[in-house]
Amino acid sequence: MTEALLTLEAIATDIGAYHILHGVDLVVPRGEVTMLLGRNGAGKTTSLRSIMGLWPPHHGTIRFDGQAIERLATPEIARLGIAYVPENMGIFTQLTVQENLKLAAHSARFDEARLDDVFRFFPILKTKWTDRAGLMSGGQKQMLAVARAIVEERRLLIVDEPTKGLAPAVIDQLIECFLELKARATTILLVEQNFHMACSVGDSVAVMDNGRIIHSGSMATLAADADLQTHLLGLSLASHQ
Amino acid sequence: MKPKTDWLPRLLLPALMLAALPFMPGPIWLTLTVAGAAMGMMLFLMASGLTLIFGLMDVITFAHGAFISLGAYTATTVVAALPNLQQNGTWPAALALVALALMAAIILCGAVGFVFERIIIRRVYGSHLRQILITVGGLIVLQELLVAVWGANPIPVAKPLALQGSVAFLGASIEIYRLAAVGLGLAVFALLQLVLTRTRLGLMVRAGVENLEMVEALGFRVRRLFVAVFVTGCSLAGVGGVMWGLYQGLVTASLGPEMMILVFIILIMGGMGSIGGAFVASVLVGLVTNYTGYLAPRLSLGSTILLMTLILLWRPRGLFPLAKS
Repeated sequence: MTEALLTLEAIATDIGAYHILHGVDLVVPRGEVTMLLGRNGAGKTTSLRSIMGLWPPHHGTIRFDGQAIERLATPEIARLGIAYVPENMGIFTQLTVQENLKLAAHSARFDEARLDDVFRFFPILKTKWTDRAGLMSGGQKQMLAVARAIVEERRLLIVDEPTKGLAPAVIDQLIECFLELKARATTILLVEQNFHMACSVGDSVAVMDNGRIIHSGSMATLAADADLQTHLLGLSLASHQ
Repeated sequence: MKPKTDWLPRLLLPALMLAALPFMPGPIWLTLTVAGAAMGMMLFLMASGLTLIFGLMDVITFAHGAFISLGAYTATTVVAALPNLQQNGTWPAALALVALALMAAIILCGAVGFVFERIIIRRVYGSHLRQILITVGGLIVLQELLVAVWGANPIPVAKPLALQGSVAFLGASIEIYRLAAVGLGLAVFALLQLVLTRTRLGLMVRAGVENLEMVEALGFRVRRLFVAVFVTGCSLAGVGGVMWGLYQGLVTASLGPEMMILVFIILIMGGMGSIGGAFVASVLVGLVTNYTGYLAPRLSLGSTILLMTLILLWRPRGLFPLAKS
């Protein structure tokens, strides 16, 4: 069995008066793409933000490469080599594309090979290099958000719904990018509503509902089992209508 | 696609200057324009720190006025301690005296600002109401400390001899000190722009103004950045205090707080958090105050409020609004 890079044990997180996560247990194996699926409001984004320390859990343990990180501040967590692409992309709209990427390169200098990769994945970013990021389309902003996460070598990529509201051509471009990262044994934790994308890139899958993981296993198994999909995703949706 | 430059707010200053020209003789227009620009630059020095603090840290501090007063008091002490430099009529002596007063104010205001952030501000991040209440309290405490150190009586302070008097230019009489204030204001503005646009620290500040959480998620310790920005803001207030104190010639503990209404008007007009906006709004306030003082003295007091109202009717978020996520 592949060694775990990230583990969540009994994570419980509150946002104000609301109890969002009720004991999340999740394992992200090293060098694999783990999909986190579930209906809206299941707790996927909260789980990612808890890992990043943006909404720290009040209970449970988060281990990254054996180190407990649930009490660390967000910058310390990021400096362990974890890149985070939030659901809203977190693009600095007043900065240029170049400045957005420069900020993500901790050495303040670009690794030329990584930058070439970024331009190969998303050629539009080279064209828009000196343009203000706020002037780009939604799909281009998402490409920039992903590019910012991969412009330097990271040990774990956490990406929250990268295909949300994007055109099919852009989604295909993102799938290509994630497939190549997967081929290089990059560890990725990906929240996604697009089942086609999840099937395309995921190695393993965890399904959330009501702030808990209700299923975990191989993505291939879930992709092949329509009944299981209906049971995990369809029933869950129906129960909240 | 290149970003479109928003020219209209940038054209306000030359448009205002040209609009005032037909209503007064040329030499008077020139005198008033330089006086307005000088007043604007001194206001910019006071406002730039506060707009930086608000823009990045989302902190509203009413104690900023006390740091302006502290800068002015520092100038009185430095000038009193170096009477030879003050009386020496040469340019090097005058510049050395002003530079020493500025350096002393930068260090002192920065140091007090550091303590103020550690003791008071860090406890109220994220709560505007608590920020207002506690910084008003902090202002009172700091003002009383200033009185305890420098006394309750107003302290006269003379400009260096070489910066006194005026020069004649195209028939207009222009105060030398005002020219110096314009020069310093432009230099500080250029330096701030340079730091904000050409350095990594500036990149972090500009990114932080827009989305602080994402800056943290990229691995930057924002709290340290907050301290640095707060200290810089207090130092800039001190610089403004030195220049304003020397200009007024009489320093009291209320010198700074009295300027805060204008400073807040400038912040609102410029767009909260925008250095460029604060610069344009400061000069606008300076020019409008001087022009109306000559053309319609009765309107002079309310002219800045009227100006703010007109600008907010035109641009409700200020001249150069910042994007916030």
